[in-house]
Amino acid sequence: MPESSVIHDIGYQRYTGPRLGRAAVFGAIYVHGLRAAYGFGRSAKSKIFPWLVFGIVALVAVILAAVRAQLGTLPLNYIQFADAMSWLIIFFVAIVAPELVSRDLRAGVLPLYFSRPLRAADYIGAKVAAMVTAVWILLAGPQLIIFLGGAFTTKTGMSGVWNEIEDLLPAWGYSLIWALVFTGIGMLIASLTGKRAFAAGGIVAVFLMTTPVVGVLSILPSSTAQDLAGLASPMTLVSGVGQWLISGANTGLNIGEFGPVYAIEAITLVATCLLLLLARYRRVASL
Amino acid sequence: MSLIVTQGLTKTYGTQVTALHDLTVAVEPGIIGLVGANGAGKSTFIKIMLGLIAPTGGQVRVFDIDPTVDPDRVRAKVGYMPEHDALPPDVSAAEFVTHLGRISGLPRTAARERASEALRHVGLYEERYRQIGGYSTGMKQRVKLAQSLVHDPDLLLLDEPTNGLDPAGRDAMLALIQRIGSEFGISVVVCSHLLGEVERICDSLVAIEGGRLLRADRISAMTEASEVLAIEVSEGTDELAAALTALELPVTRDGRMVLVPLTNEATYDHVLRVVADLDLPLHRLDQRRHRVAELFATRETADA
Repeated sequence: MPESSVIHDIGYQRYTGPRLGRAAVFGAIYVHGLRAAYGFGRSAKSKIFPWLVFGIVALVAVILAAVRAQLGTLPLNYIQFADAMSWLIIFFVAIVAPELVSRDLRAGVLPLYFSRPLRAADYIGAKVAAMVTAVWILLAGPQLIIFLGGAFTTKTGMSGVWNEIEDLLPAWGYSLIWALVFTGIGMLIASLTGKRAFAAGGIVAVFLMTTPVVGVLSILPSSTAQDLAGLASPMTLVSGVGQWLISGANTGLNIGEFGPVYAIEAITLVATCLLLLLARYRRVASL
Repeated sequence: MSLIVTQGLTKTYGTQVTALHDLTVAVEPGIIGLVGANGAGKSTFIKIMLGLIAPTGGQVRVFDIDPTVDPDRVRAKVGYMPEHDALPPDVSAAEFVTHLGRISGLPRTAARERASEALRHVGLYEERYRQIGGYSTGMKQRVKLAQSLVHDPDLLLLDEPTNGLDPAGRDAMLALIQRIGSEFGISVVVCSHLLGEVERICDSLVAIEGGRLLRADRISAMTEASEVLAIEVSEGTDELAAALTALELPVTRDGRMVLVPLTNEATYDHVLRVVADLDLPLHRLDQRRHRVAELFATRETADA
């Protein structure tokens, strides 16, 4: 300040400490978003749903681990486990995406964000990263439970544990693909409305409506049509990518020789969602 | 150094709407009232200063930084309080203001401490752990003010801070703003459509209408030159006016009163001598300060 220094007696203290850059601000929004996804720092009411979903997924994992400990075989492998949880993931996304973006739109908080040293890309990038992490934890945590169950009950010592790790790591990567695709779609829909109920309904509707399309295409007489049917829905799209990339995935989805097509569509879908989100927030930030 | 300098600042939306037209103004630090009717371009001006929207033409510098080129450096030194609701209902004020402190780049502990301090300064210390959804309008306005203070800016941009407040709430908010401006050493731009409200607390005024600058000056400069002497006599008002006109004083009539501009000390003597010479029953003689609103009114008619 150019004014001569004056000691104010009313207790107002000027701040002379460090001011952190955009990376730290990104980190603050990321952590805040990840905590909000699981209801931390929010009312007890907003903890119910995420933890209910997480509890069910974790419970299924515990049951699977217990079954294997008794029978020696895993009823579902790590990949099949993720697929089997798909509807729970959708419900989780339908709750968390509006919590992260619609809420800020509704309350009109964005002018407070964008009048600070922060870019649209920082804001939405941190939100997307937080939600990808939240969805990934929803799958990867229970997958870890299955792994631990297997690792502690293996009868072949260290080589058995190593085999489990070789199964677990690709499955974690597979869960990340789930998280990326579902976050991209979910967040894009949620960013269009400030009303949480509309956003949640819209997200569920998109996934609901695409599933029958896959069903119809997969019973067509052409085998090419059957192999490509999975492209029509995000859920089977992710399964297709897993089927192609991970040997022994056994998703039950026929993709024939079209594995790369599934991968390209998944990448394009995620990239498109992120670019549309960025375009949307560029516009919102200037208002 | 001037706080805010603009040169021919223009903002148009499409070809039809002109939000700001050729605005050239230089503002010194202090409490500045930015007055104009709704839609005069006040909010547009604020958004340009924050680098949120780019002007169509002209230049603007805040702290001698161009916000269109380097918005982050301007925003780090500026706190903004928007006009509309901007608060989530389901978190506590302490948590929300802390979060926004971190968005401004404060480390975690510093953000928490400064959030508590900012809320204390706006008078919400006791209630800061309650959810914002349960706050009154006045308390919400205070939370909005606190979040603009949390990162210790050098300039506050307050858009209609008294919106929706009852008279007592308005007075309290204006007193708070005055304290921030005079005691905290932070310059404040207060936007308002109510001139009478901001002229009480401001050092200088910028008035805009239809995106054009109406007048910008220090309050003292606006009122000093405009003091008038109001004379009321029980009878013989016409004779008094005639006698004063004969002395080449620019007399105006306002009902039963005669108004004479107070140009120098001698005016008093002239008036008293005339009243004594005519032997009129003097009812009232006092010095009046023009309210700033009257200045704008006369100037507008002069322009028309």
